[in-house]
Amino acid sequence: MSTNAGTNDWETVIGLEIHAQLATRSKIFSASATAYGASPNAQANLVDLGYPGVLPVLNGEAVRMAVKFGLAVGAEIAPRSVFARKNYFYPDLPKGYQISQFELPVVGKGALDIVLDDGERKRIGITRAHLEEDAGKSLHEGLGKLTGIDLNRAGTPLVEIVSEPDMRSAKEAVAYLKKVHTLVRYLEICDGNMQEGSFRCDANVSVRKRGASAFGTRAEIKNINSFRYVEKAINYEVARQIDLLESGGKVVQETRLYDPDKGETRSMRSKEEANDYRYFPDPDLLPLVIDAAFIEQVRASLPELPDDKAARFSRDYGLSDYDAGVLTASRDLADYFEATAAAVANAPPSPDHAKLAANWVSGALAAALNANNLEIAASKMTSASLAGLLRRIADNTISGKIAKDVFEDMWATGNEADAIIESRGLRQITDTGAIERAIDEVIANSPNQLADYRGGKDKLFGYFVGQVMKATAGKANPAQLNELLKKKLAG
Amino acid sequence: MFTKTLAELARGLRGKEFSSVELTRALLQRIDASQSVLNSVISVTADSAMAAAAAADGQIAAGTAKPLTGLPLLHKDIFCTEGVRTTCGSRMLENFISPYDATVVAKLRQAGMIMLGKTNMDEFAMGSSNETSFFGPVTNPWNAAMVPGGSSGGSAAAVAARLCPVATATDTGGSIRQPAALCGVTGLKPTYGRVSRYGMIAFASSLDQAGVISLTAEDAALILNAMAGFDPRDSTSVDERVPDYTATLGDSLAGLRIGVIREFFDAGLDAGVGAAVRAALAAYEKLGATLVDVDLPALPLSVPTYYVVAPAEASSNLARFDGVRFGHRCKDPVNLEDLYKRSRGEGFGAEVKRRIMTGTYVLSAGYYDAYYLKAQQVRQLIAQDFARAFADVDVLMGPTTPTPAFGLGAKTADPITMYLNDIYTIGANMAGLPAVSIPCGFAADLPVGLQIIGAHFAEAKLLNVAHQYQLATDWHSRVPPAWAA
Repeated sequence: MSTNAGTNDWETVIGLEIHAQLATRSKIFSASATAYGASPNAQANLVDLGYPGVLPVLNGEAVRMAVKFGLAVGAEIAPRSVFARKNYFYPDLPKGYQISQFELPVVGKGALDIVLDDGERKRIGITRAHLEEDAGKSLHEGLGKLTGIDLNRAGTPLVEIVSEPDMRSAKEAVAYLKKVHTLVRYLEICDGNMQEGSFRCDANVSVRKRGASAFGTRAEIKNINSFRYVEKAINYEVARQIDLLESGGKVVQETRLYDPDKGETRSMRSKEEANDYRYFPDPDLLPLVIDAAFIEQVRASLPELPDDKAARFSRDYGLSDYDAGVLTASRDLADYFEATAAAVANAPPSPDHAKLAANWVSGALAAALNANNLEIAASKMTSASLAGLLRRIADNTISGKIAKDVFEDMWATGNEADAIIESRGLRQITDTGAIERAIDEVIANSPNQLADYRGGKDKLFGYFVGQVMKATAGKANPAQLNELLKKKLAG
Repeated sequence: MFTKTLAELARGLRGKEFSSVELTRALLQRIDASQSVLNSVISVTADSAMAAAAAADGQIAAGTAKPLTGLPLLHKDIFCTEGVRTTCGSRMLENFISPYDATVVAKLRQAGMIMLGKTNMDEFAMGSSNETSFFGPVTNPWNAAMVPGGSSGGSAAAVAARLCPVATATDTGGSIRQPAALCGVTGLKPTYGRVSRYGMIAFASSLDQAGVISLTAEDAALILNAMAGFDPRDSTSVDERVPDYTATLGDSLAGLRIGVIREFFDAGLDAGVGAAVRAALAAYEKLGATLVDVDLPALPLSVPTYYVVAPAEASSNLARFDGVRFGHRCKDPVNLEDLYKRSRGEGFGAEVKRRIMTGTYVLSAGYYDAYYLKAQQVRQLIAQDFARAFADVDVLMGPTTPTPAFGLGAKTADPITMYLNDIYTIGANMAGLPAVSIPCGFAADLPVGLQIIGAHFAEAKLLNVAHQYQLATDWHSRVPPAWAA
């Protein structure tokens, strides 16, 4: 994949098919549990094993979750949708067919907005979302020449979310994928765990000459299970297709697999080798009929959605769009932020308090969580504790710089901010006389620097600030110090 | 004892004329003695039957017995029976021990009935003569050179030969009614959704329906009382009230409007069969009914329609028999494809393969619209024909089959001729309607069946109409000479 001299002549076209595992307790067509990590086949009953004579019974909770998603993306919910059989042979597909939805999916056309690097919003169309069952897994390790089959995952409910080919770069694709990821967790319909395969995607990638109206031939990259791999896989595939086309070749319609170890995609099967799935309506299941009352009931259960929450944060707290976006990336984070901001003054937060809370939640706290590989929900520092620290910044008891130190201490010891400030004597010096005395001493000990400063070396102001801070162990109120020092230096 | 109907046996047990142990032992011996000629049973469950009979006698003595307690039956080997081999007539499941009971099996056990064994059948219920069974053909009790019909040939032959009073059966395109007609017994296929399909090995899911083969309509009513009802494990079963089917058996037929299906009296109808059926219709007039000619113009399309829909569903339903988790697995597979090809190639018989291939073809890309979709449309037309007819008449009547039983091997070389034997029965499956076949005479010394088709969930009416005829005639109590002793 050498040169891409002509990359700018090409436009990338991407559509994603996202598989989100629904967070139901039991499977979509059987009563088996869906919990991850059980020993092989411990969660596979006769229905999951596809035994002779067994029949599927639809889990209503999976339907409710799919409808929830549909409503959240403004899609039409089909009053009547149909389960179909997708027929193919594979050892981890016990019945020899997967129950899915084909011609009539439960969720119709919808859309989601993503924010591009330049801050512009872009609407990504959602073609449809349908319910289906997952397959099991083939196990190859430690079995010699044999293949093991684990059907714990077989029958786990999935919603497959199919986008329009509206994305024009790997970055856009990742932004959309993250948006869907955020949304399904807001809705509490999917745990979003990509490592366990609860959230994964296939990418349809093609390129065309800039300005062309027809799409190029696409390749489908299967089963990509991290945001990073999505970006890498698409970029690799785009470069591969451009190289191919520029060297006079043709892109073949095919399914490709991304190999994260080698960082490349490779052919799995061509269109000619593709299965003829012989879809037909599953005669074991009646059409899924959804009435308006059910839809309204689900609508009433919807939480505040990420975009609405971000807009409210901007409006009510005066946060920038960027900050509002960061803080609403998950419901837990947004809740933590709001609780912190409110607790700073135990009153509706002022813009200053909100901004302070925003900075600390998305700054120091996020960094500490990241370093410890923790989700916000697992944070050992409560929003009340953090607010206790921020209160001391707001009322000038400590400076922001000292606050960082106090935060580290709180994180390490679990002690409250006030206790740390008292025991370590970190209270800020706001007594003008005390600050003046410290300034006088520093000036008296720095005759050369004083002369230079007065001779025009303005930069030395920082030197004096530093010396005074050192003399006061960093506790001098910075604003007061600046003001008094300026006066004194001026003579 | 063995010639008694289920209702008579129930009275005998309650009146202590004989015990369930005596009855069960006698029938087990009869089954054993019949096997070399009839071959109607694939597995006999003698030990568990005798134990259950002893327990039933205890309940009868204690006064805790239910109406069907201690009465024996055979299950078609398409129903899964826990701990008992369930073959579906196939080498594929030759050694398959089901880990669970079908709902029908569980319900009849809970009603107190005693399973004597599992009946022979066409492989995966695909056949009209019982000749596709891996376990060999069943012979007709009336003439051992003739077929018993299929696919429930074992159930029909066993009841006709008085090996047991009733047997469960299933009907996808006539598999209860056609063998009942050919063996001179009563066969009831209920409304689609009336009886649970859970645990019944699927052939064509949108057509399959469990039912019963018995000596009389009254016996069918007793069994249907125990079998019918909504099952939360079968989404296509219908949550419709189950009446007491015996309560209306005695209703008068005065004023009954019988639609006579003109399309059933076509050129293919055997003269002797036609004569017997017309005589039965005349008998109904004597019972107070009025005959009305009815046209069902789409009905002649039912055979080709069926042979698109049923194989399509079968091709998918039978995909699970892949040698991976249960059933036949070939020896020493070299890879996955070899495992699939040889396990299925060895496990399935020729007719099953023919239907899997037909079904795969009609569902494949480029043919789906022309075949499967079109067939579903025709199916709607057939259903509409019936709905129109039932606006004017109470029940529809005609012959169950075009001919009486044919010779073993006579039609095996030509599948189309074989398929045409179901020409009068498939319509009810297409429309999901209940239908019953009752013996109404003989043609060339072989039994003839009268078919009665009802509106959805009109089983009580069907059984009433059949029962009144059986009160007035004795065709149903004729015992095949070879099995009279």
